[in-house]
Amino acid sequence: MTTTKFRREFDVVGDDFAGAGRVSTEIKALLKRVGYAEQTIRRVAIAVFEAEMNVVMYARRARITLDMDPEGVRILVDDVGPGIPDIEVAMQEGYSTATDRMRQMGFGAGMGLPNIRRNADEFAIESEVNSGTRVRFVVHAR
Amino acid sequence: MTLREVVERLGLKVCCGGEHLEREVTGGYAGDLLSDVVANSQEGDIWITLQAHENAVAVASLRDLAGIVFVGGREPDEDTARRASARGIPLLSSSQRTFELIGRLLEVGVPTGRV
Repeated sequence: MTTTKFRREFDVVGDDFAGAGRVSTEIKALLKRVGYAEQTIRRVAIAVFEAEMNVVMYARRARITLDMDPEGVRILVDDVGPGIPDIEVAMQEGYSTATDRMRQMGFGAGMGLPNIRRNADEFAIESEVNSGTRVRFVVHAR
Repeated sequence: MTLREVVERLGLKVCCGGEHLEREVTGGYAGDLLSDVVANSQEGDIWITLQAHENAVAVASLRDLAGIVFVGGREPDEDTARRASARGIPLLSSSQRTFELIGRLLEVGVPTGRV
């Protein structure tokens, strides 16, 4: 088993709806080139898409860090933004603070964070109000 | 069944991506909540939605969907069409509403894509 590790960083800007989906698409292409299993790629792509949309909708900006090794894919989404006052509530399926405009665009179903957790083998979130939110997740290679 | 056959039999308008119509449609998915579609659609699906904007293109590209059909006569703006072309996602438009359109798709033999 090789121990090769590989890191890439991506920046996401808040309110940039036009650019949204760029990072998840890039990461998906990258994982494909590296040769991860289809299912691993799918789970990472869905989770990163949701994380990216959360940044676009709610945060000012974020740095997404991708770490790859043969064991799996590790993602950190570290944003500067309003933070989440009650994480337990935010994790509930169906709970959303999306605006009417976001809902009209098909966002705000309250499925973002639950979708990330569902597609990850490890998941952690921490947040500080008026500072930012950090979401970490790992998808094991299989 | 190829996307071209679907387009011809249902009289869909091809807004962009006409060069990718030979792709096989292996199933279908309908939905307007992007989180639902990104989580539950399957590769090769034709996606029926009213979300005619660029984030829909991102979802289709991410899940390798065969194409998107916008219902109720909705059509993508130029930026959205450009983005879809760049990613090889055909954007189609139908004057029908979701319910009738899905009925027609099943009638002409588009598989549901699920066992």
